[in-house]
Amino acid sequence: MKISKEEVEHVASLARLEFSPAEIETFASQLSSILEYVEKLGELDLAGVEPTAHVHEIVNAFRDDVVTPGLTNEEALMNAPYPEDGCYRVAKVIEGE
Amino acid sequence: MSSELTLKKGHELRALLDGGEVSSVEVARAFLDRIDEIDSKINAFLTVTADLALEQAEAADKRIREGRVKPLTGIPVGLKDLLVTKGVRTTCASRILENFIPPYDGTVVAKLREAGAVFPGKLNMDEFAMGSSNENSAFGPVKNPWDLERVPGGSSGGSAASVAACEVPLALGSDTGGSIREPASFCGIVGVKPTYGRVSRYGLIAFASSLDQIGPMTRDVKDAALVLDAICGHDPKDSTSIMKEATDFAGALSGDIKGVRIGVPKEYFVEGLDPEIERAVKDAIAKLEELGAEVKEVSLPHTEYAVAVYYLLATAEASSNLARFDSVRYTTRVDGSDLIDTYKKTRAAGFGEEVKRRIMLGTYALSAGYYDAYYRRAQRVRTLIARDFAEAFKEVDVICSPTVASVAFKHGEKTSDPLEMYLSDIFTIPLNLAGLPGLSLPCGFSGEGMPIGLQMMAGPFREEVLLKTAYAFEEATDFSRVPGL
Amino acid sequence: MKWELVVGLEVHAQLLTDTKIFCGCSTSFGAPPNTHVCPVCLGLPGALPVLNRKVVDFAIKVGLATNCTVARMSRFARKNYFYPDLPKGYQISQFELPILEHGYLGVLDDGGAPKDIGITRIHMEEDAGKLVHPETPGADYSHVDLNRACVPLLEIVSEPDIRSTGEALQYVKKLREILVYLGVCDGNMNEGSMRIDANISVRPEGQEEFGTRAEIKNVNSFKSLEQAIIYEQNRQIDLIEDGGKVVQETRLFDADRGITLGMRSKEEAHDYRYFPDPDLLPLVIEDEWVEAARDTLPELPDAKRSRFRSQYSLPDHDADLLCQSIDMADFFEEIVTLHDDPKAASNWIMGYVLRDMSKDELHSVKDAPITPSHIAGMLDLIKAGVISSKIAKDVFDAMWATGKEAKVIVEEKGLTQISDTSEIEGIVDEVLAANPDEVAGYRGGKTKLMGFFVGQVMKASRGKANPGLVNQLLKSKLEG
Ligand SMILES: [Zn+2]
Repeated sequence: MKISKEEVEHVASLARLEFSPAEIETFASQLSSILEYVEKLGELDLAGVEPTAHVHEIVNAFRDDVVTPGLTNEEALMNAPYPEDGCYRVAKVIEGE
Repeated sequence: MSSELTLKKGHELRALLDGGEVSSVEVARAFLDRIDEIDSKINAFLTVTADLALEQAEAADKRIREGRVKPLTGIPVGLKDLLVTKGVRTTCASRILENFIPPYDGTVVAKLREAGAVFPGKLNMDEFAMGSSNENSAFGPVKNPWDLERVPGGSSGGSAASVAACEVPLALGSDTGGSIREPASFCGIVGVKPTYGRVSRYGLIAFASSLDQIGPMTRDVKDAALVLDAICGHDPKDSTSIMKEATDFAGALSGDIKGVRIGVPKEYFVEGLDPEIERAVKDAIAKLEELGAEVKEVSLPHTEYAVAVYYLLATAEASSNLARFDSVRYTTRVDGSDLIDTYKKTRAAGFGEEVKRRIMLGTYALSAGYYDAYYRRAQRVRTLIARDFAEAFKEVDVICSPTVASVAFKHGEKTSDPLEMYLSDIFTIPLNLAGLPGLSLPCGFSGEGMPIGLQMMAGPFREEVLLKTAYAFEEATDFSRVPGL
Repeated sequence: MKWELVVGLEVHAQLLTDTKIFCGCSTSFGAPPNTHVCPVCLGLPGALPVLNRKVVDFAIKVGLATNCTVARMSRFARKNYFYPDLPKGYQISQFELPILEHGYLGVLDDGGAPKDIGITRIHMEEDAGKLVHPETPGADYSHVDLNRACVPLLEIVSEPDIRSTGEALQYVKKLREILVYLGVCDGNMNEGSMRIDANISVRPEGQEEFGTRAEIKNVNSFKSLEQAIIYEQNRQIDLIEDGGKVVQETRLFDADRGITLGMRSKEEAHDYRYFPDPDLLPLVIEDEWVEAARDTLPELPDAKRSRFRSQYSLPDHDADLLCQSIDMADFFEEIVTLHDDPKAASNWIMGYVLRDMSKDELHSVKDAPITPSHIAGMLDLIKAGVISSKIAKDVFDAMWATGKEAKVIVEEKGLTQISDTSEIEGIVDEVLAANPDEVAGYRGGKTKLMGFFVGQVMKASRGKANPGLVNQLLKSKLEG
């Protein structure tokens, strides 16, 4: 499985990462060799084998619909890079027209 | 007295504290002095919380005077820096969390606080627990106390090194693909990876949610049992944690392993295994037989696929788990030309290379058109690997193998080839995929004097037989040593 | 060419639980920003979700009321995308295995024939937070408020079975009514408790294959839904007839201008990278749970309407109005239990109760100052001839204003109808004596003047004279 530079760029954009052209090169080659390696899973006959999402066969964990104490506004914002008016300030999101 | 105190194990300190021979404050001071004295050599600590430790030690002394003692009251416990600690910086060894001060405690941390444990600080690690050598920390690599040229293993390298170097008697690590066992092996200590669901993950900054598990890293098996008793148990805040009765692993360490059935997986003794390690592990198995265990060969036929499965599942989960580090609420921020650019610049500057590599791989594995070929196929092979263990554990109680195929390697030796680094986890990864408990304990030394680890694995929730077997071996041998730093 | 409209709707309904879907924070509205938050809904590192059981209870009820199959096993999945109102960088939703599938709701097509609108699936998910754009002119930033993050939603996805605005409106109204009946959603569209995305396409009539669709977001009222469909239908038809092509895209509805707009920023095609959320366990719903939920289902709107028509012999219009909410239907039925005249009860509700509720901006009749016993007591007095219907209107107003029972008001104000013949006779004589010209006119054949005499008598008695008696006495005196 060879992964192209364009694919690396697309994946980087999906993952909100940014790379230099040199890094893109390196990633393309490293990811290609890792993906080549994982191709070995294709050797196996998986007919009738169910995927495992959870190792233990447990189901249904719930909580009751009861309010529990959370964080104060100060605690919520204590690590924020740009707190303002009790909120997290971010650059404007472009939407619509 | 103070330097001798740091040579004590947790249960020995317990006896001294209970006997009134030392105070918790004296113990805390001794270990803080030791950290002060040697940590510049090994870089195991990212944050030292001396004030907090002394405050907790004073409270512990009060509890001891009042007779409200729990097994860890007054004993220092080092915390891997992916365990969320209220009011104490928690970085995951990443630039992106460089200034993150959590407003809450994770469940395990809360349990330890409640038990009166003392927190001397937060321990170095591979960034976001991604690595096998601790060379991926944004705050510098950790050195192996046995040989400063060598890596301590990873990702819980700071935890392993700090315990080996007697900076703390006890530490917590986390294990996603071997991150407790491999550094324990490299540093010559005991590290236990509990059954998935045994210990709450609430407050453990996730790498791969379906694999991560917190566990003890200690100088001997008894301490490991004590710590495990203190941290395990069902947590309503973690849906994947399992309802089980209260444990008494420490009380079950009888030393008697007559009739315990030991399995030796043939797939773990293959080409590439360091002969010194093979010999040490085989000697250890012979020792267990001598102690009354029954030994037989078992097969785990899908072992060779484990690394491929792991690097697809773990990176896919990680790519999603690390999406929350986005410049809005608690990370560092690098402003860009617009919102998306800010995201990209923040994440590009905040994450290290290995983290970005794994996010890329995981994003790719989940992306449209590849999900079935990669992620789902890996989940199906995961089923086969879990079945291998289920079959084997019908025949035996404990499976013994090397923890790692080599002893600790030199800094920089494997950093150029990520795949080679990934492959070094081949013996530890399968257990995480199967969600089973395992441990590593010292079983010998290489010709160059580096520790060798013996891995023991057991069926689900069978930590008791695991610890009992390890304890018997430890009692009968003398591999638990302290490096001369 | 004749064009056929094809619409599928995705309705997001916010559930009326006390706490969020995956944490114990309150869901109540109106708190200062970022005060109903915790490590889980802020997406702090290390925090984990735990499912609110009530959300599942609510979902099962909705499924039963919309004829869905409840999945024995369903799963939560992560929908991965970056947005500042989405704290974790993914939304916990359901993807491959939703809790509910294969439902339908009945509507009438434009020709009046019954048809079913299929419901493909209904799944549970968490809401995102809110982005507040400051009013400062030229502000190039937004504020993120996460109070709403993690509030439970049901996403109800219809089949593309809708062929007209009429069907679309009926479908959403029915759905809304069911959610409100079940008490799982307040149905308040302008507060965002119900949000609609419409997938709209057109195709030449008779063509089997669907046209390319546009997804219209931000449709937040019935009127908007109607406008959005009509606008988008015309836009697409015009586009195609001018030789253009409809592109598959997301468009926003601009309620002020009644038009849909393409998004300016052309984001890369969505690739949500769904996968099962490893932090949550599979959800298994055994039959007993479904049956227990079924036992708690209220009578649903359609069933109630048809019962009202048959049991109380009410016209469709009355039954529809009364059954718009359970509270109102119950209010009506309680009146009827106390005073067995369904049509009278219905008339008073439709004429006066609804009028005053709207005047006072009351959402539920439960909040009204009067109870069924007020109305029943008033109807008793009318029936017994103690007050006239005309007086009753004043009594109603007084009840609404003071909350006092009709009887008390009638006594306090001395509104009791005069049915004493001699007393009325005296008034009639006075009126006739005071208006000799009109008396002469009447006797000369202008019988229409009767109304004038009745009015004068009623006025003189301050409305209290029994109108029947007044008529009778006037007639005999004028003609006898
Ligand atoms: Zn919350």
